[in-house]
Amino acid sequence: MTSLIIRDLHVSIETDQGTTPILRGVDLTINSGEIHAIMGPNGSGKSTLAYTIAGHPRYTVDSGSITLDGEDVLAMSVDERAKAGLFLAMQYPVEIPGVTVSNFLRTAKTALDGQAPPLRSWVKDLKTSMEALRMDAGFTERNVNEGFSGGEKKRHEIVQLELLKPKIAVLDETDSGLDVDALKIVSEGVNRVKDNTDLGVLLITHYTRILRYITPDFVHVFVEGRIAEQGGAELAERLENEGYDRYTAGAPVH
Amino acid sequence: MTSAIDTDRVVPGATEHAHGPGSPVPVQSRAERFASAVHADFPEVTGRELEWRLTPVASVRDLLDDALDGSALPVEVTDAPGVTSEWIARDDPRVGSAGLAEERAAANAWSSFEKAHAVTLTSETPVEVTIRRASPDAAPRAAHTVITARPNSRGLVIIDNSGPARLSENVEIVVESGAQLTVVSLQEWDDDAVHLSSQFARVDRDASLKHVVVSLGGSLVRVNPSTRLAGEGAAGELLGLYFADAGQHLEQQVFVHHIAPRTVSRVNYKGALNGAKARTVWVGDVLIGRDATGTDSYEQNRNLVLSDGARADSIPNLEIETGDIAGAGHASATGRFDDEQLFYLRSRGVPEPEARRLVVHGFLVEVVQKIGNAALQERLLAAIEAELAQIEVI
Repeated sequence: MTSLIIRDLHVSIETDQGTTPILRGVDLTINSGEIHAIMGPNGSGKSTLAYTIAGHPRYTVDSGSITLDGEDVLAMSVDERAKAGLFLAMQYPVEIPGVTVSNFLRTAKTALDGQAPPLRSWVKDLKTSMEALRMDAGFTERNVNEGFSGGEKKRHEIVQLELLKPKIAVLDETDSGLDVDALKIVSEGVNRVKDNTDLGVLLITHYTRILRYITPDFVHVFVEGRIAEQGGAELAERLENEGYDRYTAGAPVH
Repeated sequence: MTSAIDTDRVVPGATEHAHGPGSPVPVQSRAERFASAVHADFPEVTGRELEWRLTPVASVRDLLDDALDGSALPVEVTDAPGVTSEWIARDDPRVGSAGLAEERAAANAWSSFEKAHAVTLTSETPVEVTIRRASPDAAPRAAHTVITARPNSRGLVIIDNSGPARLSENVEIVVESGAQLTVVSLQEWDDDAVHLSSQFARVDRDASLKHVVVSLGGSLVRVNPSTRLAGEGAAGELLGLYFADAGQHLEQQVFVHHIAPRTVSRVNYKGALNGAKARTVWVGDVLIGRDATGTDSYEQNRNLVLSDGARADSIPNLEIETGDIAGAGHASATGRFDDEQLFYLRSRGVPEPEARRLVVHGFLVEVVQKIGNAALQERLLAAIEAELAQIEVI
């Protein structure tokens, strides 16, 4: 059983206008096997939370803590966080010219495990996962994300999730830009990985659409850099009907 | 330490360079550059000339000015059906059939060589020839090579350079009608080697040339390929790959002259720079002549700067003398690592040094994959790996 614990997290970024605070005291605990949905309007800091957990250099942690089973995540480099069991499925996966999917996945798996995966089972796992996500076998010899459609990039992220077997995964707007078929395929993939590996999931989304296919145990409403309300799956339904106006139009959350 | 990144810099017409012997008239077109086989026809080099201003001329004074040893440079040529390798006299008609020296170091070599090395391909079945060259020492030398692909012949010629060198040379490449020739000039010289190479190609009707410059080893290596697409339907693909380490100067001035109608050219040079005073220069001139209607050309240069203190110059020039063309374009980009690429790889557990190596490898591999020879590709990939293995965490 793994726990990712975020306590009173304050994060800022440097912009041309100076230092801008984004996260203003986030508290969140994600355990193995739990699905947490973080929902909120644009600009509320959802992606900042995702990238701060992964360790993107653009974000400065001003105070607070992130720990994974008691280990200080903020003290770890980006790749150390991955080795510790964290995974970020990106909203805009990056293209890497000249590096094939096959080479990339094997390199990542080798780095995470400290040894190359046994060839036969690796090839089989890769094939199984690609098929489950309806990705043609030819993708393995294409360069990472180069010329992939939006949906193909997202499915490729879930292939990685399945093969790299993290303990806690952050899915940053994985649903954005997906048509309904791709959304179902990606959701099935996330559910399958969770069932097989007891993955803990932090699902960041703007819309409730993906929650029809991935049922959250907890829903957190994110407004102005902190969690404004939390509840169960029923909170998502309420957001579906009422939108975020209730949080943004009323008294400012400070 | 300084780090200059030059992007899309275009040199304006004619400000500071020589124009043939003492001429006050600016060169208006790349085609009008003065050419001669005689050393004395070129004035002394000041370092301000267009063709020298980015080269450390102080390091090549002997090759520019002094007497050079013009005796035959030891070569080893692999056997292949229909291929002849011979030493020919200066007055052989093959000498000068593809071009003439356009600067003083090339003319010094031309005036100095005693016999030219001629390699001729005749086979219509594709053949492979490797010319291994190694100087016995680092004395200043001159060389002259003529590679001829007879009509409809097919082949790959690798000029494989290693060992010590202070060499100024001219390489002529003639691709006769319907022939398909690949020439790879591979510079894996010793660390202190100096090499100036002018390579002239003439491509006849419906013939095609793939020319590849790979510069990895040497202190100062300047390979200037110049290709004339002389016959209707001729095609030229000019590729380059270079990796400059600390203190290395790797330069290439590429010229493609579309003379005949419906000619096609593609120029793609990629380089990486790593270390203090790692320096690369790429100048790409494309000239579409007035008779070269229906031509299609594109040239690009990309540089990846891996450390502080390195400098890449990249200068694309395009001259068009006819309005009736199918396409003409150029691109140049010089940049540092894409931090988002590194973040993506690292977020999957790949440690930073390995992530950097993977990105550089991916960047350079595009050119390697276009060479079209499995053994050579494997060898170049291994050479790139060896370069990358030396990269420290930046």
